[in-house]
Amino acid sequence: MKSIDWARNETLVFVVIVAFCGLAAISDPNFLSIPTLTDLMRNSIVLGIFAVGAMVVLVSGGIDVSFTAVAAFAMYATTVLLRDLAPDLPWPLAFAIATMIGAVLGSINGVLIAFCGLPTLIVTLGTLSVFRGSLLTFVGTLQISNLPPGMRDFSRWMMVRGTNSDGSFYSLPWAFAALVIIVAATWFILNRTMLGRAIYAIGGAPESARRIGINVRRTQFFIYVFVGALAGLAGIIHASMARISNPFDLVGLELSVIAAVVLGGARLTGGVGTLTGTLLGVALIVLVRNSLIVIGIPSTWQSVAIGVLIIVGTGLPAWQAKRAEARET
Amino acid sequence: MMGRILQSTEGRLAIITLVVFITMSILAPERFLSPANLTSMAFQFPEFAILALAVAVAMLTGGIDLSVVGAANLSAVVAALFMSQFAGTVANGGTGTGILLAAIALSLAVGLVTGLFNGILVATFGLPPILATLGTGLIYTGLAIAMTGGSAVMGLPPAVAWVGNGTLLDIPVPLVIFSALAIALGWVLKRTAFGLKTRMFGANPLAARYAAMDTGRVLLKVYALCGVLSAIAGLIVMSRANSAKADYGSSYLLLAVLIAVLGGVNPYGGYGRIVGVVLAVLSMQFLSSGLNLLQVTNFAREMIWGVLLIGVMLINLLTFRRKS
Repeated sequence: MKSIDWARNETLVFVVIVAFCGLAAISDPNFLSIPTLTDLMRNSIVLGIFAVGAMVVLVSGGIDVSFTAVAAFAMYATTVLLRDLAPDLPWPLAFAIATMIGAVLGSINGVLIAFCGLPTLIVTLGTLSVFRGSLLTFVGTLQISNLPPGMRDFSRWMMVRGTNSDGSFYSLPWAFAALVIIVAATWFILNRTMLGRAIYAIGGAPESARRIGINVRRTQFFIYVFVGALAGLAGIIHASMARISNPFDLVGLELSVIAAVVLGGARLTGGVGTLTGTLLGVALIVLVRNSLIVIGIPSTWQSVAIGVLIIVGTGLPAWQAKRAEARET
Repeated sequence: MMGRILQSTEGRLAIITLVVFITMSILAPERFLSPANLTSMAFQFPEFAILALAVAVAMLTGGIDLSVVGAANLSAVVAALFMSQFAGTVANGGTGTGILLAAIALSLAVGLVTGLFNGILVATFGLPPILATLGTGLIYTGLAIAMTGGSAVMGLPPAVAWVGNGTLLDIPVPLVIFSALAIALGWVLKRTAFGLKTRMFGANPLAARYAAMDTGRVLLKVYALCGVLSAIAGLIVMSRANSAKADYGSSYLLLAVLIAVLGGVNPYGGYGRIVGVVLAVLSMQFLSSGLNLLQVTNFAREMIWGVLLIGVMLINLLTFRRKS
């Protein structure tokens, strides 16, 4: 009886994904193919890295809406820096710079949240405006389509490449490996280090965490720096893959990312959340964004579909919890 | 005296508002204080100020309403589609006042339904407000997109312009609407049982339930009120743009949340005054217009808003620490 827990979000999301693919395969036999899979994987890279960061914050009991602005800032500032000062820098260094910029911006959130004790939603709402505003005021507003050669090299570097029977191409860039590495590293931190257990602990019950000797402030500070660094990396990968660095990109995605994470079972109240769930949530959101039309729903209904998914996905567990509570009292 | 003013959030905010106003008057004396600028400000702020009132009411219960902009656009789109259906009958003569009134009633009804839906999700099904309204916000925006195919609904009867651009005894109509709503809301929250219950629930939901309060009913009413307020804001936006579209005012959501928090509403619920929200709206508008006159870009303005929000939170924190 315990073998499959149907009330878990991961199970629900997985069932919805399978059902979606089943329906899509019935209406379009070409749906279940390698190009669909590589499309799905390619579109999950940036969203997935964002989602891993957003999940860590949710697990710790906070919420971060500024990560898209961090990513846009790191992406564009790095491109400008490379273009003006060091056009021949190889891509690993460019990526390191973007990650550093992200970490520095994240540390601003970290100081305000961990050391000043301000509410996470308000702080990140404020820094979202500040990061985006200062990027567009001081760094620039024009998109750069002539990327530095290092970033262009990275975008051409494919993991899998192939031709379909009808002559069209498909490919999966090595950028996907970045997502895999980040997921593996985050899994290790969350499940195999004291730091990771501390993150779950402060999300579950901050006071208890403090009493068993966890340094809550230092843990929180680490979380926001980590999320900032991930956002910076996601930003530069986004620009490399799109082959354009547009300072207006990315901001606006934050609520979709949080939606994906929440669909995957992470709780806004903290302490609960898994990487498996997060990745399934991302896959579902990407499927809905790309392939809704395949199952016969016009793409103008896309946001309705995502909204319904969020409400059903969070509503079922919330309602079950509420009924369980009513039975106890 | 000064000390007492400085101790309350609203008092500090009043001083900030005054400082912003005086600074802008000194930096751009002819233009900032010109009747043209003052009037244009009075036409500009009510639309997002009403959304901020809605967010503030939801925040009082410890929740939040992220669907305000979606609800506003959905009700405006429904009203606009309704009116454009009857545009033919208006074209030969009349200004379409009757149709406008019917459309207003319709959009308020749509706003009420969106709000009730949020309320049911939060109160009956126990969804966290932030997620429920995030989801419904997408649904409302999505429905508006599906109804219009993503384009703007135009061809509205001339009477529509009055709501957003007209004046009543020389006072801009949007300002009249906002003032009436703010005063009414202030009274409801302060003097009625519903207002007291709203704040009590926000301060401690469990205690409110043990005090035999029908918490579900209160939440339902609060979100219904948010929906209606959003619809009113949507009507003003529609009238000023002379069209309705699914993605008008998308930057207003964060702005509305920002104003509510800046106005001293506790995001965890229990405390907040309409006076504070009004002062926050005014200081934002003075700052925006002033910076605009000083040729500061929109982007720098966004940055300054963020700095202002975090700055005010830090000041509140420091005074709170000194007190305790």
